[in-house]
Amino acid sequence: MKLRSWLLALVCISACGWAQAVTLRVANQGDAQSMDPHSLNESLQLTFTSNIYEPLVARDKKLGLSPGLATKWTQTKPTVWRFELRHGVNFQDGTPFTADDVVFSINRAAGPGSDMQSYTSSFKEVRKIDAYTVEIETTTPFPILPDSLTNLYMMSKKWCEDNKATTPVDRRKGIENAASFRANGTGPYRLKERQPSSRTVLVRNGTYWGKVDGNVDEVIFTPIGNAATRVAALLSGEVDLMEPVPLQDVERIKASPALKVMQGPELRTIFLGMDQKRDELLFSNIKGKNPFKDKRVRQAFYQAIDIETIKTRVMRGASLPTALMVGPGVRGFSPEQNKRLPYDVEAAKKLMAEAGYASGFEVGMNCPNDRYVNDADICQAVAANLARIGVKVNLQTETKVSYFPKILRRDTSFYLLGWTPSTYDAHNALSSLIATPNDKGQGQFNLGSYSNPKVDELTVKIQGETDQAKRNAMIKEAFDLHSEDIGHLPLHQQALAWAMKKNIDLTQLPDNYMPYRWVTVK
Amino acid sequence: MSAAQGGVTRFLDGDVWYSFKQSPLAIASAVVALVCVFCAAFAGLVAPHNPADLATLELADALMPPAWLPGGRAQYLLGTDAQGRDILSALMYGTRISLMVGVASVLVSMFVGVSLGLVAGFIGGRTDAFIMRVCDVMLSFPAILVALLVDGVGRALFPQTHDALAFAVLIVAISLTGWVQYARTVRGSTLVERNKEYVQAARVIGVTPLRIMRRHVLPNVLGPVTVLATIQVASAIIIEATLSFLGVGMPVTSPSLGTLIRVGNDFLMSGEWWITIFPCVVLVMVALSVNLLGDWLRDALNPRLR
Repeated sequence: MKLRSWLLALVCISACGWAQAVTLRVANQGDAQSMDPHSLNESLQLTFTSNIYEPLVARDKKLGLSPGLATKWTQTKPTVWRFELRHGVNFQDGTPFTADDVVFSINRAAGPGSDMQSYTSSFKEVRKIDAYTVEIETTTPFPILPDSLTNLYMMSKKWCEDNKATTPVDRRKGIENAASFRANGTGPYRLKERQPSSRTVLVRNGTYWGKVDGNVDEVIFTPIGNAATRVAALLSGEVDLMEPVPLQDVERIKASPALKVMQGPELRTIFLGMDQKRDELLFSNIKGKNPFKDKRVRQAFYQAIDIETIKTRVMRGASLPTALMVGPGVRGFSPEQNKRLPYDVEAAKKLMAEAGYASGFEVGMNCPNDRYVNDADICQAVAANLARIGVKVNLQTETKVSYFPKILRRDTSFYLLGWTPSTYDAHNALSSLIATPNDKGQGQFNLGSYSNPKVDELTVKIQGETDQAKRNAMIKEAFDLHSEDIGHLPLHQQALAWAMKKNIDLTQLPDNYMPYRWVTVK
Repeated sequence: MSAAQGGVTRFLDGDVWYSFKQSPLAIASAVVALVCVFCAAFAGLVAPHNPADLATLELADALMPPAWLPGGRAQYLLGTDAQGRDILSALMYGTRISLMVGVASVLVSMFVGVSLGLVAGFIGGRTDAFIMRVCDVMLSFPAILVALLVDGVGRALFPQTHDALAFAVLIVAISLTGWVQYARTVRGSTLVERNKEYVQAARVIGVTPLRIMRRHVLPNVLGPVTVLATIQVASAIIIEATLSFLGVGMPVTSPSLGTLIRVGNDFLMSGEWWITIFPCVVLVMVALSVNLLGDWLRDALNPRLR
């Protein structure tokens, strides 16, 4: 009798204990590079820090805009937006969130060392009106300004000053500061433990102002670079949730009774970029001139890439070959424009010969191996394709930890990058990837410095245009010019694949963001 | 009769050859090792494809199973990898790189180790103590750790040309841990030899110490070194494979056996087993046959076991 009641108590305790703390163990192929939300404009970095820090304008589960730390926003003049801030919000260290923090954070994100300047490139001034009202003035009318704030996270002015972290961690120069290892946001989770490249632990922020849909109390995030190891970790129950699923293992995981795979289209476009600025490439055997300045060479590269076979073999069907730098689902995408130049090795060889490179040349290529789906395999396949037109590619594949600082310093001749327009609008791709780089943040990810003054002009006009039809026509014209110039070599849109235990419910967003507050473990 | 012919006759009449003929294990491993070395050395002639020539890769033929399985093609006997590379050819070229790294690093570490061991044993005193303490320190580090360190330094020093230098860096990395064994062995034997009468006689007639070490002591301490070198080739190949498996060895574009295993490892869960299993089998075959040969050689050269 006594034993039975004792057992009952034990069951009760363990059940209660289970109900109290839900731990979610997440694996990804790479790590968030830093806890500093302004240090790298990369999806994983931004989605991870979005659990701790929050923007003024947030995204809902359908990627629409929703109130974040600002409750209301209105355009008072064509160049001025006014934001009413949420009252009663505290940072995790207890200091209240006010307009001073907003002014500080936006200036921090627009300032030196920041990787977020492409969002703030047209900001003229950020003004505090009163403790809970802020105005942003732009140099030109900016109707979609709220969309471009969804990735600018708010930090505490006082905390940054106390911790000597008033400027962002600069990945290019390898400068770290306290904000890289510690965090103090307003978000639903707080940082408990940070071991770069091995383990990061988040716990629920008990004083969070908002409602949390999910029930996860603790998140243990582990980067596992090796695809097979990541799959094994999920199969053995060592982790509850992992992404991306290696394409070759999708069927295997689907077949497991305890697991499921969620697949969906992703807004990310994978493309290749070429250095078109330097007079001599950094990594090539051609001296004294830059072959990529010749459009015929760029077109030869384009037509030498067998994108359909890359789709069927390397991507196992999970990709959508593209001719544009934005994919379906992005405002400004037009399907009739999405027509690739045909894959034609003979035509490519002819173009190379016309350009004076009949016997080809050597070029160094940089590629990440833990950032995009099968990124290193794509680069190898491209290298093999280019070998057919006599181009010897010296491929260097490496982890994104060393890859991003290198290509952001523009230490590259030929590189692979993926891009999701975080405003879900083509203007973001134009201004970040295609417009001529300037010191205000325009063209910050145009790493090969493609430049066409007409496209620059259109990009500025598109930003201020409110008439949707006119705007779309200008976007179309800009993309046509870019395609005509072969400014980049677009490859495909990749597909999302997340795998998890069957008892996990979550929202899969097409921008590959995974907010833990929307995860429920049943 | 020339000297070379005389040498061969003497070898064929000698104990070592006799013991070789008596040991089926030694014969079997010698055959396996020779086949591997032959395929590796003449990969350019024997291999059906050239995996280094990217222009011949057919991506459409990627991930084909071995020829005897449904979907396989005779053209690709052991199947293809994710890039359409013929596994059999990749193995031959990979074995070549692995063997080259193994043999080269053994030669380097043998040269360093034997020289230092000779000096330590022959001169003695403080020089001896110093060299031997360095050996002790080196022995206290795991070989892989030292190799990883060297590789890391190499990567930092030559960030752009690292892949081109990967071969040299690997050899330095492996030799740096390997020389200690030779130094210790040679020092031991030298300590025995240096007090023997022929050495004293040489000293009395005024031969310089350097010449005594080279001409008189060295030939008499080389026996154990040969055995050690054979066994070390196998362990050097395995260290190379480990480093490449960890991703710090040979680059994907000129894959060694370790690199091939690492690349194939990604497909282990998805049923494309041939990409990783075959390189593993070849690695085991090479390492095992060289090891067994070394074992046999040790026994054959050991007078007490005859």
